[in-house]
Amino acid sequence: MFSTFRVELNETNSLFQFVNFASNFVMALLPGKGGKKRKGGKGTPTKSPGKKSSKYDDEEFEEVSEEESPVARRGKGKGNAIEKKVKKEVLQKAKGKRMAVPESDSEDESDYEPEMDDDSSEEDEDEDAALQKLGSTRELLGSDSDDEDEMEMDDDPMGLEFSDDESESEKELDVEKKSRKIDAQKILDEKDAEAEMQLNIQGEADDFSLPTAEELEEESKRPPDLPKIQTRIKEIVRVLGNFKQLRAEGSDRGDYTKQLALDLASYYGYNEFLMNMFMQMFPVAEVVEFLEANETPRPVCLRTNTLKARRRELMDVLINRGVNLAPLGKWSKVGLVVYESKVPVGATPEYMAGHYMLQSASSFLPVMALAPQEKERIIDMAAAPGGKTTYIASLMKNTGVIYANELKESRLPSLSANIQRMGVTNTIICNYDGRKLPGILGKNTADRVLLDAPCSGTGVIGKDPSVKVTKSGEDIVRCAFLQKELILAAIDMVDAASKTGGYIVYSTCSVLVAENEAVIDYALRKRDVKVVSGGLDFGRPGYTRFREHRFHPHVANTRRFFPHAHNMDGFFVAKLKKMSNTIKTTPKEDNEPEDTAVAEEKDNGEAVVADEDTANTSAGSEDAEDEGKQNKTKVQKKKRKKAAVQENGFDRAEKTTPSKDKNAGRSNADDNNAVKHKKVGKHNGTVDVKKATSKNGNEEGPERKKQKNSREQNGSEVRKKSPTPTKENVATGAKRGSEDQRKSNISPGGQRKQFNSKRQMKPKLRRK
Amino acid sequence: MRPLDEDETTQVLEKLHKFVGSNLKHMIERQATDGLDSKPGGFCFRLHKQRVYYVSEAVVRRATNIAREKLSSLGTCIGKFTKSGKFKLTVTCLDLLAAHAKYKIWVKPSAEMSFLYGNHVLKSGLARITDNTPQHQGVVVYSMSDIPLGFGLAAKSTADCRKLDPTDIVLLHQSDIGVVLTSSSRGCTLLNAS
Repeated sequence: MFSTFRVELNETNSLFQFVNFASNFVMALLPGKGGKKRKGGKGTPTKSPGKKSSKYDDEEFEEVSEEESPVARRGKGKGNAIEKKVKKEVLQKAKGKRMAVPESDSEDESDYEPEMDDDSSEEDEDEDAALQKLGSTRELLGSDSDDEDEMEMDDDPMGLEFSDDESESEKELDVEKKSRKIDAQKILDEKDAEAEMQLNIQGEADDFSLPTAEELEEESKRPPDLPKIQTRIKEIVRVLGNFKQLRAEGSDRGDYTKQLALDLASYYGYNEFLMNMFMQMFPVAEVVEFLEANETPRPVCLRTNTLKARRRELMDVLINRGVNLAPLGKWSKVGLVVYESKVPVGATPEYMAGHYMLQSASSFLPVMALAPQEKERIIDMAAAPGGKTTYIASLMKNTGVIYANELKESRLPSLSANIQRMGVTNTIICNYDGRKLPGILGKNTADRVLLDAPCSGTGVIGKDPSVKVTKSGEDIVRCAFLQKELILAAIDMVDAASKTGGYIVYSTCSVLVAENEAVIDYALRKRDVKVVSGGLDFGRPGYTRFREHRFHPHVANTRRFFPHAHNMDGFFVAKLKKMSNTIKTTPKEDNEPEDTAVAEEKDNGEAVVADEDTANTSAGSEDAEDEGKQNKTKVQKKKRKKAAVQENGFDRAEKTTPSKDKNAGRSNADDNNAVKHKKVGKHNGTVDVKKATSKNGNEEGPERKKQKNSREQNGSEVRKKSPTPTKENVATGAKRGSEDQRKSNISPGGQRKQFNSKRQMKPKLRRK
Repeated sequence: MRPLDEDETTQVLEKLHKFVGSNLKHMIERQATDGLDSKPGGFCFRLHKQRVYYVSEAVVRRATNIAREKLSSLGTCIGKFTKSGKFKLTVTCLDLLAAHAKYKIWVKPSAEMSFLYGNHVLKSGLARITDNTPQHQGVVVYSMSDIPLGFGLAAKSTADCRKLDPTDIVLLHQSDIGVVLTSSSRGCTLLNAS
């Protein structure tokens, strides 16, 4: 039936337009729910002034207003009844319009009235009659449109006269009837749609509430329902985005974020630790983007080997072979990105001849930051598989010398093969632990050092998804520890006085702060270096503040790269300039490596000044002068010093005797509750000796000056070791008293035993 | 790492002479451009773990402080001594040879891949050959775009090559860059040549 309507619709297009016009007209005339806005009808063009019309208007409007509200409030069960009502409404409007106009045609009106009032009558009849009227109306309208120019304000300004044209309209009744039905249906549909939209809006505005514990339990039993989790993720992100308005009662922000972390972890397959790390680093919406970006690999890139080829020529050759590529970007003159390729890009004769190297875009960055110059002496501390090393060599044009170091022997062949293939001739490949390199290659000898540190790999999850589940907090801490040792070694190898260089570039393929900014901050504290800009315009600056950490403001010169933001692997690049070859003396903190440079100096035979301190150490061994012990005790001394400084707020006087390496005036020191023994580097051959007195203040001045003088004399590598009593000792002043008595019994220079209530006794041995 | 002794030096130089002929003098007396020392030094050969390396003197001097076990390679590896004491050139020497080669062969694109898989070059694959190539002369193989592909021995002299059937071998394969792909460990073992 409907289809037939449609067919007829096409045929009766013009008529339909008239119907539309009429119905729209009627709709426009009608008031909203307000009701009787058009009361009186005077001045409205379609209604002629007169009581009758207004009466009808009122009646009609009332009816309509009653009927409109059921449509708006329409539920699902009311369909038919309301449809009928709406149809009636439409028809009545049509009728009403016509009725309003020809008030003079009482005959017609009288004819129509019974139909109007007869709600129970068959609707078809009503419809037919209405359609008839409408049809005639339209005709009148059509005919009268010509007359509009001559519009006179007579009784029916629209000229909706019925009487004349009824006979004519009878022919087109069927068609018109159907088109009116369609019209009515259309109005109905619109109303339905609006109603539904209202419902939908209401539905969305319904509060999303977090799943209860029972629901979560149920979910955990079943296999994860990914679509459900995904919608929940989206919902939580939406709620968190507009928390004030969208939050559910009783749930605070923490609940939402917790649930989100769980959902993201299960959806993307991360372990809890990593997910929490990422949620701490990014705002909520960005976390999802980041995780999405980690699911897909970054585009493959190549680097033209400028020793053997030019980028333009290489592009032509490869395009001929069927590789779809483009230059990497404005920031690189040698990079190409491969979109797709008919041939394997790693198997072309050009590749085998060493014209280019397959390398990720992010790997270009540390070498660009390093900016090696010709004829320099460069060290690459973690060189395998050799992409960066060969890039350095090509930038240097095979001049100078590069030391390519790689710890793992199994990776040496690939490094060697790449170096030979790319035609690099100035490289020496060695197989050392990076931390030992300064001892081998010499300190303060290199112009530049590149350290692409071994890391957790959280930036290259796209390449290696196993990182998602295998990395834990301990792994990160271990990585960070190693990285700190390596960066110190790197800094130590660089010659600050190099004419052309003096730079270190530290890079990782990780996005975690513990491996990036924290390591740089550590280096800034331990060595005399400065973070400088690496010349990379794009990329986000490193964080100077992150949760509870506060890093040096220069850390903002480092650069971070993210897969979702830059379309390259997650990366971190920092460029340090070595200002001088001095090594700072700072107290050791937790989770940080013993400074190997310092340790080496000690191992070389620094005077161990305060042997009695060894007795105070928690090591508790008898042989306080073991070399191995020495380091430990020095560590502990540092700790004690720090603690003591914290507690007492001032430096303590140093007590040493030149002949004996034991504290003579221990009792005095104990009185002061603070003993600080300062060691001076042995290489200068002298040992400063100061006796502590009860008045620390007086003594410290001259002592300090002496120390400073000695430092200047000794040059830059003086290390001060300040063994301090353990925290325990510091805290337990009372116990000291008893110890003092005991000590006073012991002659200075003799073997002394320190009695530490919690520690074992350690005999003191003489030192040379 | 140590310099080569007499026997070793003769062996190496003989092999090289096969390929570069009189250009050998140029090769050895080349001035190093690495600019490390104020006075540019030359190149030298060094033996380390049975492999021979061709390095500039300045670089060699800077490698002396690296322990023997820990040194992996320096400069360019040109070949290795086998267990029986013979010297073989490896493909990594190709750049050096190509720079000083006297006799060259150009191979058609259709025969390129075949050569890279380790096959000999047939007459049908031969595009060009330098004149007056004596038989059993060391020859460097190039592709039509002048990319050095490898080296080998000329099976026939240039004059004889013209008389050959299309299926006759003109170049005995010794080494090619395809070893990067075909070797099990992606070229790292540096397959032997002659």
